[in-house]
Amino acid sequence: MPETDRHSILICTIAAWMGSAGLGDAANTDQQKFDQIEKGRYLATVADCFACHTVPDVGKPYAGARAIETPFGVITSSNITPDADTGIGAWSDEQFVDAVRRGVRPDGSRLYPAMPFPSYTRMSREDVLAIRAYLTTIEPVHQPVKSNTLPFPFNIREAMRAWDALYFTEGEFQADKRQSETWNRGAYLVQGAGHCGACHTPKSFLGGDKISEGLRGSPLQGWFAPDITGDTGEGLGRWSEGDIVSYLKTGHNRITAATGPMAEEVADSTSRYNDDDLKAIATYLKSLPQRADQAATPQPESSPVMRAGQAIYRDQCSACHGLDGNGIAMLFPSLAKSSLVHASDPTSAIRLVLRGGRSVATPAEPTAPGMPSFAWQLNDEQVAAVLTYVRNAWLTTGTPVAASTVSANRNQLRARSD
Amino acid sequence: MPRKLPKKDVVIIGLGWTGSIMANELTDEGLDVIAIERGPWRDAPTQFPPNYVQDELRYRIRHELFLRPDQLTFTFRNKMDQTALPIRDWGSFMPPNGVGGGGVHWNAETWRFLPSDFVLRSHLTERYGASFLPEDMTIQDWGVTYDDLEPHYDAFEYLCGTSGTAGNLRGRIQDGGNPFEGPRSRPYPTPAQKQPFSHTLFAKAARDLGYKPFPQPSGNLSQAYVNPLGLRLGPCTYCGFCEWFGCGNYSKASPQTTILPLLLRKSNFSGRDQSEVIRIDLDRSRSHATGVTFVDTGGVEWEQPADLVILSAYTMFNVQLLLHSGIGAPYDPTANKGVIGRNFTHQTISSVNGFFDNKKFNFNPFIASGAIGMCIDEFNGDNFDHGPHGFVGGGYVGQVQTGGRPIQTTHVPPGTPKWGAAWKNAVRDNYLSTVTPGTGVHGSFYSYRDVYLDLDPTYKDRLGRPLMRMTIDFHDNELKQNAFLTDKFAEIIQAMGAHTVDKLYRKGPYDATEYQTTHLNGGAIMGTDPSTSAINRYLQSWDVPNLFVMGASAFPQNSGYNPTGTVAALAYWAAAAIRGQYLKNPGPLVHA
Amino acid sequence: MTMRRRDFLAGTAVLVLGAANSRATIISGGLPWTPNAGNPPVPITQGPWLYFTAEEGRAVEALADCIIPPDPQTPGGKDSGCAVFIDRQLAGPYGRREGLYIRPPFMTGTPQQGPQSADGPAASYRKALAALDQYCQSKYQGKRFADLSDKDKDELLDGLEKDKVKLDGADGKAFFAHAIKDVQEGFFADPLYGGNRDMVAWKMIGYPGARYNYLDWVERHNERFPLPPVSIMGRADWSPRT
Repeated sequence: MPETDRHSILICTIAAWMGSAGLGDAANTDQQKFDQIEKGRYLATVADCFACHTVPDVGKPYAGARAIETPFGVITSSNITPDADTGIGAWSDEQFVDAVRRGVRPDGSRLYPAMPFPSYTRMSREDVLAIRAYLTTIEPVHQPVKSNTLPFPFNIREAMRAWDALYFTEGEFQADKRQSETWNRGAYLVQGAGHCGACHTPKSFLGGDKISEGLRGSPLQGWFAPDITGDTGEGLGRWSEGDIVSYLKTGHNRITAATGPMAEEVADSTSRYNDDDLKAIATYLKSLPQRADQAATPQPESSPVMRAGQAIYRDQCSACHGLDGNGIAMLFPSLAKSSLVHASDPTSAIRLVLRGGRSVATPAEPTAPGMPSFAWQLNDEQVAAVLTYVRNAWLTTGTPVAASTVSANRNQLRARSD
Repeated sequence: MPRKLPKKDVVIIGLGWTGSIMANELTDEGLDVIAIERGPWRDAPTQFPPNYVQDELRYRIRHELFLRPDQLTFTFRNKMDQTALPIRDWGSFMPPNGVGGGGVHWNAETWRFLPSDFVLRSHLTERYGASFLPEDMTIQDWGVTYDDLEPHYDAFEYLCGTSGTAGNLRGRIQDGGNPFEGPRSRPYPTPAQKQPFSHTLFAKAARDLGYKPFPQPSGNLSQAYVNPLGLRLGPCTYCGFCEWFGCGNYSKASPQTTILPLLLRKSNFSGRDQSEVIRIDLDRSRSHATGVTFVDTGGVEWEQPADLVILSAYTMFNVQLLLHSGIGAPYDPTANKGVIGRNFTHQTISSVNGFFDNKKFNFNPFIASGAIGMCIDEFNGDNFDHGPHGFVGGGYVGQVQTGGRPIQTTHVPPGTPKWGAAWKNAVRDNYLSTVTPGTGVHGSFYSYRDVYLDLDPTYKDRLGRPLMRMTIDFHDNELKQNAFLTDKFAEIIQAMGAHTVDKLYRKGPYDATEYQTTHLNGGAIMGTDPSTSAINRYLQSWDVPNLFVMGASAFPQNSGYNPTGTVAALAYWAAAAIRGQYLKNPGPLVHA
Repeated sequence: MTMRRRDFLAGTAVLVLGAANSRATIISGGLPWTPNAGNPPVPITQGPWLYFTAEEGRAVEALADCIIPPDPQTPGGKDSGCAVFIDRQLAGPYGRREGLYIRPPFMTGTPQQGPQSADGPAASYRKALAALDQYCQSKYQGKRFADLSDKDKDELLDGLEKDKVKLDGADGKAFFAHAIKDVQEGFFADPLYGGNRDMVAWKMIGYPGARYNYLDWVERHNERFPLPPVSIMGRADWSPRT
């Protein structure tokens, strides 16, 4: 068969294949479409659609059916593959943009804010369309999903209209001309696709963002997502920009390591951001101001609680976290400097002590060291003492942890399976 | 009828040190690899965390991390005319079990053998004449040289982050290191560990006596380290719970800390735990392996087909599997024919306890690591003239005390009653001021015709298979060697200032109840002659070319050093041969 | 990412039959982790003997006090809990020889071949203690071992040790050697096992216990380590007290 014939058969075959994969009239010579898909792929990673819309380890990508724990019950993510019946293949671009940026489905019903549209509203239309373009190229999966698995009365979707009225402010991100391009890019990512506030911004009792306390820390799924502003007490004030970049890119830095829900976030999302975007995020977060509230009073070293905590620390914790509380860079977190340890809400610290934990493995940092569980060894009083100690022993101060808090956490953790 | 699993490129039997090294090398080559491990998954935060691993009774006395004899054991006798009886509870050695194998609970003493060790028969014959060697001594040259293995020793040391002081850098002798070691291409990756009091005192006494002491090379790291795979280890904190115990704070080199986190992320690798391989399957020609058969915890048999089989199950289980699979001619000591089971060796260990004035000496023995210690190598291998002494071989001696765990290190001076008030007072008075090196004399164990492995005629395991039988006793050569070394060691302990020195010579007969390291070797030895070796110089089976057998089962005789460094170097050497030659052209790499 | 516990590999038809009792864990994708995993030790609980009869318990307590006599500084074997230690060990996997090879035939071998008895530690103790008391009752006007004077007890044990005193139905020398080992093990083991109560043995010798970090002490040569011993279950200083 002559060369040219074979060549043209090849082209036709590729075109046919691409057509059947849902690219429609996208001949592979259309550069703009390719760029848009590439950009969409990257933005989908930034927005981490994969994490919520895929069952971990075993689910088909973006086919939904993942059970997501919210304060109001468990909701199930929808199928966003291009399947016409059970996915979003039949949606128009406009309908997709409305869903992502306004929380409205094609039939007019409202999405629950487990889908972080209050953050995604900041995204530009162009970016959302890019994500759409990417999502049309992935494998369509026929998987019907019943999303609304919330218990009564939260399963009354109509109520979301009222919620939106109270808590949802629609609006694309507007650059602040007084700030650098880098800062603005960071703000755009953090407020928009990165949807950091979905976890890190405190919520009202109905689950709406407390805007004035943006990114100051919030409980979720049995953890406390800490303050990620530039606050020196509880936030990232002591971190350099390089520390933030290292954390997001590798899951580790000289101070701490990503664990729990953030481990998944780093593995699926931020470890794949490009370096410029990571730097932009670091710039933005570091610029967020100090808290207005007072720093905690330091605990005197001679207090019974501090002395007990010191004994436990020396005998047990120092084997990894060091006699000086500084740990080993990139291996054992520095308790002296970790914002997770010093958060005013000690839920995460208590959880790690009681249950143990494993930090994330990324291609750059594959070690993923683990921490053992101390629940069987330390009673509530002792856990409270050692946490109070590590929050106060080395130049930084944090509120003491009460034995009753530990007790309450211990009970809640018993019911958890993760 | 075993159920058949989907085929893999490579099946690895046992996921310990060599299994992990081979898995990492062969997955890097792009092959689809499965490792099958008899024991459980093991990891620091869950199986040996630093909040409950410091338990001498549980891990040292009841040996919880080790194989249960009921799952598999051996029978033992000293001489061929005796009836072998089962080792019902471990004594003289302690076989590993579980992911990480012995690499989890070893001491991390990371030595290289001497250049002369690899050409032992040639070397000794040349120096002393053939008649100097006992007639029934079956030592052999290995088929590889120290120079062949040097880059691979280096690779393992850098994988582990081994802490040490080089003694011979590319031929130039370095102060503070072992002047007798073979030349190394570059320094150790991290500096030697800091030494506690008694170890430092030993070094001073040794130096005063004219020796050249040096720190034992240690896989318990002196500082934080990132290895070439990107895996991180922390600094050892001298907890004194090393051998028998897993390391709780990522500071001991093990497969878990140096390979597995990366290996497990590779999509072309998977492992199965709690699955015991019972047979290497062969095709009709019996010269080609088709895969392995294993049983799970429910007793169900499964078949894992593969193109390449790596046997890395530890010396004893390697040999046993070869015997049970009918690979290689079993050794018959009377006819002096056959290869599987021949040249079986252990280690010749003794110690000297030193008792000091407790008003002047406080050793804090509990501050130690597994590979701490100051050693001298003047009496190892052929580093000295054996002519006047009438034996060959030797070992390092050193104050290598690895901890002060009280059940085992509450020694009393000789002559003290074993119980009662006198005992109690002696323990109280001596604990902090006693030097108890443990394996302070670490001597070679050469091979003999009547020291071997075969299958027992009577006893069976839980699956109905015959147990392997050990026939092993000390020969005069090793006992003479040990007496000589022990006396030299005792001189140094005395010179440290001990008021009483208790010399615990190694005496025959070989006692299966007294622990003497788990350095069992041989039984499937490497060599250049298929009539006296089971595998060729690349660890490839002479009989089944798509089978490679790792581990100390390859050693034709044991040297006066801990074996793991050499075991790992051989694995890297074999991996290089597989990657560079075998895969391009599967078949025998050596034509005898 | 996590360890997958699946009955068997998906995709092969022969899977499910007979899979009920069996288990294979496939490890791939990353390091396994589950919360609270591991096997932390379970401290013994004080209370009545779990294995010994009342008389056996008394005898072992007396034995423990002979092997480790009380003195003004440190309690003896009995008060430090060594008999409790042995009782709990014999009632557990050690006494039952769990995991050891206890298949027949049982033949007498050389000392180098190790114990070959059909009896495990639990049965051996029972037989030996009965034989011991029987011997005492016949030699000491009906008194059991525990009721003898200290002098008589020590003399008897010395006789056992030297193989001069023979017990009927048990190897007295072997039993006493075993008892010495067990009592001393209990004395020095972690208190969670019943002996070494309040870490008295560790305090006696200056052993700081279940610690893990001596990094700041490696090069402090010939100095007394000042911190008190700690057991796996902690020490009193771990709890705040005014």
